[in-house]
Order: sequence, then structure tokens, then C-alpha cells
Amino acid sequence: MSTTPLLRLTGITKHFGPLKANDDISLTLEKGEMLALLGENGAGKTTLMSILFGHYVADSGTVEVLGRPLPHGSPRAALEAGVGMVHQHFTLAGNMTVLENIMLGTEPLWGFRRNSARALAKLGALMDRFQLRVDPFAMVRSLSVGERQRVEILKVLYRDARILILDEPTAVLTPQESAHLFATLRELVGQGVSVIFITHKLREVMAASDRCVVLRHGRVVMEERTDRTSAEDLARAMVGASIPQATRTPHAPGDEVLFLDRISLSAPDRGPALTELSMSVRAHEILGIAGVSGNGQALLADLLSGLATPQGGSVILRGQAMDRPTPAGMIRAGVGRVPDDRTGTGLVADMSVMENLSTEVYRMPGFSKRGMLNFRALASRAAQLMDVFDIRCAGPGAPVRKLSGGNMQKLIMARVLSQGPHLILANQPTWGLDVGATAAVHQHLLDAARRGAGVVLISEDLDELFQLSDRIQVMYQGRLSQAQDTATVDRAQLGLMMSGQNMRGAA
Amino acid sequence: MRLEARESVSAFWRIGAPILAVASAMAICSGLIIWGGASPLAAWALLVKGALGSTFALTETLTRATPLIFTGLAAAVAFRAKLWNIGGEGQLYVGACVATWLGTGLVTMPAWLMIPFLFLAGALAGGLFLLLPTWLKTHLKADEVVTTLLLNFVVLLAVNWLVFGPWKDPMAMGWPQAAPVIDQAMLPVLVPKSSLHLGFVLALACAGLVWWMMRFTVWGFEIRAVGASLTASTFAGMPVQATIVRTALLSGGLAAMAGVSELCGVKGYLTLDLSPGFGYSGIVVAMLASLHPLGVVLSAIFIAVVYIGADSMSRAITISNYIADVTTAVSLLTVLLAMFLTRYRIRWK
Repeated sequence: MSTTPLLRLTGITKHFGPLKANDDISLTLEKGEMLALLGENGAGKTTLMSILFGHYVADSGTVEVLGRPLPHGSPRAALEAGVGMVHQHFTLAGNMTVLENIMLGTEPLWGFRRNSARALAKLGALMDRFQLRVDPFAMVRSLSVGERQRVEILKVLYRDARILILDEPTAVLTPQESAHLFATLRELVGQGVSVIFITHKLREVMAASDRCVVLRHGRVVMEERTDRTSAEDLARAMVGASIPQATRTPHAPGDEVLFLDRISLSAPDRGPALTELSMSVRAHEILGIAGVSGNGQALLADLLSGLATPQGGSVILRGQAMDRPTPAGMIRAGVGRVPDDRTGTGLVADMSVMENLSTEVYRMPGFSKRGMLNFRALASRAAQLMDVFDIRCAGPGAPVRKLSGGNMQKLIMARVLSQGPHLILANQPTWGLDVGATAAVHQHLLDAARRGAGVVLISEDLDELFQLSDRIQVMYQGRLSQAQDTATVDRAQLGLMMSGQNMRGAA
Repeated sequence: MRLEARESVSAFWRIGAPILAVASAMAICSGLIIWGGASPLAAWALLVKGALGSTFALTETLTRATPLIFTGLAAAVAFRAKLWNIGGEGQLYVGACVATWLGTGLVTMPAWLMIPFLFLAGALAGGLFLLLPTWLKTHLKADEVVTTLLLNFVVLLAVNWLVFGPWKDPMAMGWPQAAPVIDQAMLPVLVPKSSLHLGFVLALACAGLVWWMMRFTVWGFEIRAVGASLTASTFAGMPVQATIVRTALLSGGLAAMAGVSELCGVKGYLTLDLSPGFGYSGIVVAMLASLHPLGVVLSAIFIAVVYIGADSMSRAITISNYIADVTTAVSLLTVLLAMFLTRYRIRWK
């Protein structure tokens, strides 16, 4: 092509210590083009976009917009050149209106009056032009996740962005909301805006993008027009080789290991209250809990972790009612807990691998005696678990903070499974993990079920739920749908239920 | 300007950075000494000589370091569990009050029993005294920085009332002081004709014990885990409440032992100037030592050297002994900065 592309990255290289996050990456973006940036976690996607947006300074390489190089490390210059970013975690103030959020940062700091009328007119024009409708006077905290994302996009467009970068935009959306988002993006592209979206979901790439770039270990390993490639090719390019997927072999379910009987539970800041929630899990069974996050999953996880005492109803573990559940009590009762927040809740990040492997067992006989820790026993247990669960780190004394997400999760799996649990709570167990670690976690869960544990798998990833679960229930606004057999359930219908429609037999 | 976390820190810099920091603090303070019209080299030489140059100077320095080790340990233990005990000063006086109450004739025992008895009683009282703000923190979410700090003034006013009122010693010719503790309660002197007393050995033993406890025991493991992440410790089923209570008892107890040690080792009777702020200095001691129990001993001695040395220096040349306060304060800042810079590097632009 002879014309100057809208955006050109040339030879971007960025090191973090010994790690090469970006290695000589070059790519271009044309006007009105939708580019998908694919890659596993740690492939360097976010680093690359952070360099483009000026959050990081590249070790070498240039960023040019319409042939004009951008100065390094200046988000302001990127904004002025028309580059706008929608982060995975929204950056909106919940206690302000949509209009106020959009105006934030565009006003002079020392002005006494805000020119709301002009801003409103501009916003209205944008909403008409791109078919992006949100009530400008609604409080952001009252909006749904999909609407909030629309506000983020409008915020970027309001600043006259010509290049829109979206980081994992569908991570928090239902399938229907995702479809809506991609329709909006097509509209933007049709009117000359260029879009880069970061993702690891192949389905979206194939459906929405014009062109795709695959990163692996910081390098561009594939660049192709989307209509000339296939999901299989992309998967192979992302991983570098095909990784065997864990597959489920159904087992006859055994005795009931968990029965939740009409649980009522509410807690501030933990999402919608659980109301009259009932649920049953049997040995050898994996029960999948589908749903968009923020629909009561946090409270369900708190309940099974022993962090919350229900206001009504009862928790029955293998026939035994737990009146006042505590974390220690749940561990003693044989519940293995894999939390969604690995670094904050699951692990003490500043302590060592060995210490973190010990946090649930150090008071048990054999590991301490009369208040003294038995270091030898704890160390040999740690060494054994690190070996069996393939936890890769500098050694048992290495601080957990330095482990990769996959190794952190393997550590938690090791801690949980080494105690031979009867029930396993796995809350978003593969969130943010690469394909290899994901497969390992899946295999561990399947093995545990085969050995006779019941598993409650809370996940937003429908693919994961279909791959592992025997039955699936949808969680919406603190309620559960009836359990559906995975073999017969319809994906589209699950999607509808995730957005609150057709919650047939909601209990 | 931005900060980037360093991948790893070599052992050389881990040890070297604080030393370099103290050296740069002294360089900064040299400017003040020049301003005051003296030669910095001569001044520092006088300071070191005044603190370490003779047996007498050395014993004075270690005597001064003794309460600082106790209060430094108190702060180090509490801060390790993220219990921000700023009330060391108050707990110190609580310990001294209990030792006065029991030690001025109420109980009489031979010295080998009397001394441990007073230390235990004082420590228990100091620990229980810290339980009140701790309970307010765990049950009502009252910020313990505020409550422990304010309780210092409550205790000081109570001591004020005691020494002017019910406990006033009629033999003290009108001075506001309590009666002296009995002879059996006085700590034996370690070096003849000096003020260095048994309390120093006890302080060293406490430092060793605290280090051992933090490293090798279940309770120490729990204190470290709760301090490093309350959420993760709760999730793992650790007895978090009990750990915080234990930490409070230990921290308050250690601070109170400073009071018993000063009362029975140095003064002999309770006054309002028993402690020139040892409770607050303990926080500086603990921070200089990065909360390491054995490091507390070193940093307490460092601060004692600076204060004792500055007194002696100011008698020899025209520099005021306030230079000790400045040196300590600047050292704290440079050490904190050095610890920060060993973990992060600064990138300009």
C-alpha cells in the first residue's frame, strides 16, 4: 500500500528485567479497520498497547500516527493524536452522571463554570452518529456493565479519538451484550474509526475482525486477513503447538456431598443477596455455575469458603449441618477452596512458597508440636507438592509474589488437593491463565471428581463450563436456575438466562 | 517520573543501603555543624568518643539503649502484624506504675523473685492496657493509631495525678515523685560504678526470644501471615482475632517492660520524666531496623550513641545537643528512602 497508514508501530522492543515482553514488534492499522490482537496471557499484548498509549516507554522502536512519530511515554500526546483506550476495568466514577464522567478531564482545571450545554450537544451528536445510546443524566452506578462500557467508548470518542483500543472488552459481558458491542464497533469502523481489540477468544476474532495479529512470547508470530485464516490456525499460532485438552469422562454420581437448603445471605459490597438459594452436589460430579460476574457468585463463594454465615437456611456437608461456618471449620469438614482472587485472598503474596503451602495445615499434628513449627515436615511436604504439581519457582523459599499466575494457581490447587477434599469450590479457577496452566487446572479438577470429590465450578467462561461440567446452573441476581444436563443444554438459551430472561424454574 | 519495581535485590545492597543511608544522614548534618561554626570531623569524632570512648561512656550508651530495645521490640512486633501501636509511651508508664504500686512495699520477696515478678506484672498490665484499643479496632473499626496515641496522654495525666496526689512521697521534700521501690526490686548493676543494669541483659534476651518466636513458632508464623495479608490469613482459616490479641499482649508487655526497667534499673522512683519519649523513639528504632527483632538491638544502640555522644560533644564545642534529634530524624528519613530505593528504581520521564 502506498498511502501512509493511520498507525504504524515499528520495531517495538521492551524488556522487564530479563523478560522480553515485546520483541521487535511491527504492525500497522489502516483507517476504518478492525484489528484483533491475539495472544495468551503474557504474550505481550497489554504491554504493546501500553507503549502505544504512552504508559510505558519502549526500549526501542517508534510509534507513528499518520506518519508523525509520537513522543515516548506521554499518554497526553497519544490522546491528542487521537488514540483512545477502553480498559478492561472501567475507570468511571460511580457517583457521577454519565455526562459528568465523560466531561471529566476535558475541562480546564481552574475554570469556575462548566460548559455542560455544549458538552451535552456534542455527546448527543456522537450518540446519534454511532447509535450508542445511554441516558446522559443517569448515575453511572445505576448502569449495567454493558452500558458502562458504552460510556467508556463514548468517553474516548468525545475526545475525538480516531483509534480505539479495547482491552478484553467482552470479559464482563454476556453473549448478547458482546454481540451488541461488536455491532457498535462495526458501526464505528464503517464511519472511519479504527479499532484494535485485545482478546484471547477465537470465536470473536473470526466473527468481528478484518485482520488479526497473533503474539507469542513478545513476538508477532502470525499476521493475516481474518477471512484467509481459521480458528484452528489461530489457536496453533497462539500456543505454538496443540495442547491436549482435558476431557470429561462421565461417572455415575455418588452420595450427596453438599446440600444448600434455601440459603438467604446478604452482605454489603458483595453483590446481590442470595435469596432462598438451594443447590445439591454429589460425589464424582462437577456442577457448573454460569453467569456474568456480580450476580451473587461472590456470596456463594464466601458461603462455601466459610467466610459468611447465612442469615437463613442451612449448609449441609455430607449429611452434617454447618451452623456457623468458618474457614477453618470448612477445611476440617473436607472443603477445598480455590478463590477467584489468587494474590489477595488465596495466597499471602509476601510469604514464601513453602509458607503458603503450609497455611492450611501448619496446626495439624506432625507439622507443629507444642507451638513449635516442624520445619522439616513442612519443607518435605512442600518439596513433594512442588514436584507433583509442577510448581515452577526459584525454590521453596521464593516469595509467591514472584510466581506466574499459573504457578500461583498450581500452588493453590496443591494446597487444596493434598488434603483430599470431599467438596471443591473452584471460583474462576482459570481466569487469566495461559492455555497450558488452564489445561493443568482442568485436569486436576477432573481427576479430583474421578476420585470422588464433588466440584462447584463458578466460571464466566461458557466453553470451560461445557468442557468440564456434568450439570450447569445459571446464576442471575442472587438466584439459580434449575440445573441442566450439559449434554442437552443449549448455549444460546444459557446466554439469555445469563441476562435474566427465561430464568425458568429459578429457585 | 515513575517507579519500577526491581526484580531482585542483592544481599550487598540489602545490608549496604542502610549503612550508606546513615552515612549520608551524617553528611547532611555536617552541613548544620559547619553552619554552627565547628568542624564536622571534629564534632563527629567527639560524638563517637563521647559515646564509646571509655568504659563509662559505653555503659552510659548501653543504659540508654536498654529502654529503646524494649520499646523498639514492642513497635516491631506490633507493626509486623500491622497493629499500629503508637502507645508505647503510655504502656511504658503503665508498667512503671504497676512496678511502683507493687514494688514500694506492698509485696516483699527476695530479689531473685521480686525482679521477675515485677517485670511479669508490669508486662501483663501493659499488654492488657493495649487490649482496649485493640478491641476497639477489631470490633468497632476504631483506628488504633488515634486511640493508642491519645491513651498516652491519658496515662501521663493519670501519672501526674498519682505523683502529685495519692502516691506523692512525703520524704521527697515536695517534689512530685512516688516513693522509691524497695531494695529487693532494684536491678543489680552489671559493671561496678556504672549505671548499666540487669535490664540490658533482659532486653537482649527479649530480642532473641522475639526473633525466635517470630521465626520458629506457630504464633510467630500467624503474626507474620496476618500482618502480610489479613484477607488471605482469614481465608486460610487462621485464628486471626486470637493472633491480633496475642500481638497486642506481647507488644504492650514489651513496652511496659521498658518502664519497669527504667524504674527499677535507673531512677528507683516514679516521676513524670521517667521517659523522655522512649515509647515514641521505639517506633523510630523499629523502622530503622526494618522491624527485625535483632536489628532493633543495633538500631537502639545507634540511637543511644547519637544521643549520649551529642551530649558530650555539646559540652566540648559550641554545637547544641539538639544535633542528636536532627541526626536521628534525618537518619530515619534516609533509611526509609534507602529501603524504598532498594525495592524500586526511579525512571525520569
